[in-house]
Amino acid sequence: MSRIEGRNLRVVLYEGPGSRALDGEERFEALSTLLDNGFEVTRPMAGQDVAPADGAPMLVLGRLDEAPAADPEQEVHFRDLGEVDALEAAREVREAAGARKLEAWKPWFPVIDFDRCTNCMQCLTFCLFDVYGVDEKKQITVQNQDNCKTDCPACSRVCPEVAILFPKYGKGPINGDVVREQDVQREAMKVDISTLLGGDLYGSLRTRQREARKRFSTERDESKALLERKRCLGKLKKDLDIPDEVLMTLPSAEDIEERAARAKAKMEKRLARSQTVQDARPAPTERDWGI
Amino acid sequence: MKILYCNCTYAKVVPADVKKDVLRRLCDSGQAFDAVADLCDMSARKDAALRKIAEGGDTKIAACYPRAVKWLFHAAGTPLPSEGVDVLNMREDSAEDIAKELLA
Ligand code: SF4
Ligand code: SF4
Repeated sequence: MSRIEGRNLRVVLYEGPGSRALDGEERFEALSTLLDNGFEVTRPMAGQDVAPADGAPMLVLGRLDEAPAADPEQEVHFRDLGEVDALEAAREVREAAGARKLEAWKPWFPVIDFDRCTNCMQCLTFCLFDVYGVDEKKQITVQNQDNCKTDCPACSRVCPEVAILFPKYGKGPINGDVVREQDVQREAMKVDISTLLGGDLYGSLRTRQREARKRFSTERDESKALLERKRCLGKLKKDLDIPDEVLMTLPSAEDIEERAARAKAKMEKRLARSQTVQDARPAPTERDWGI
Repeated sequence: MKILYCNCTYAKVVPADVKKDVLRRLCDSGQAFDAVADLCDMSARKDAALRKIAEGGDTKIAACYPRAVKWLFHAAGTPLPSEGVDVLNMREDSAEDIAKELLA
């Protein structure tokens, strides 16, 4: 099971008929501990709405004198908080129900704001890890979220429309904050790679790669060579906020060019296949592809 | 009107004191609510529970930036309705203001 598959156990903190009310501190402790450990918790109250059951296994926790009525179609477990600890009970039932365990991962992946996206495909061309794809409507899509490199927001910096969000990023507008006119202008400048690196991105990488290779061939001390590569890529890191780990695994300039050509060919094939469908948007030009 | 609270468990982007304070006020309110560990994680997993939230009528969501929450639901294939959803931002606003809005 990949880290993004599986059902979560839903815990219901029950204080209705057939049970005794929890005291305020006990209720808060149980709730916050369960949430901090990756569980979903519902606190139902008589006559008020909560999200309906959805087939996920359920654990009813409370100071239960008797088990409340439950839908026989629904997998429900009951545990009495007078006898068990909330977190222990949830872990035990999660195991028994085969529900998903808490993973130590940061859900880090791009989210596209389709109110802003113009389907220019720069993100698809730029991302080195096949995170982006194109759906059957020829619309850009995030297809391999799991491939995204944690804490790398680089593709959001090449999007000319400020349409790529990383909700767990520190700063706006990438974190989902309102996009202001100056953000659009700043991002547009970054996409104008000549402003960023004094040449186009791939050209710049190619030059840096060539220089680095030259240095590598004369540089016998590997750690010094690596340091030099790091220094060469320092500006990229600073301007695009790309983590070291990603910078150091950048493929060669040839790989990047090949990738861009492949992405372009794939897109052209799709366009040709659906030529009977009238597309309001113009096909991407050489310039749109940023190569 | 339903209430959904996001605990943002897998990252520290929502101030811990705001998160805890909002949760405590909800706990003490006598109001029914759903609490999820992390909406981002649920969006990544395309969790079926998101559909129930998106389709279940008017909802107030305590999480982060409304634009992020909107497109996280969309990314999971369960877009939020254009009306009847109010997203409250625990990254920017005080626990007091958020609780006031949630419980209004
Ligand atoms: S770079 Fe931005 S505008 Fe272009 S397709 Fe990607 S998300 Fe959309
Ligand atoms: S939706 Fe916002 S508050 Fe919720 S987990 Fe994601 S970043 Fe955190």
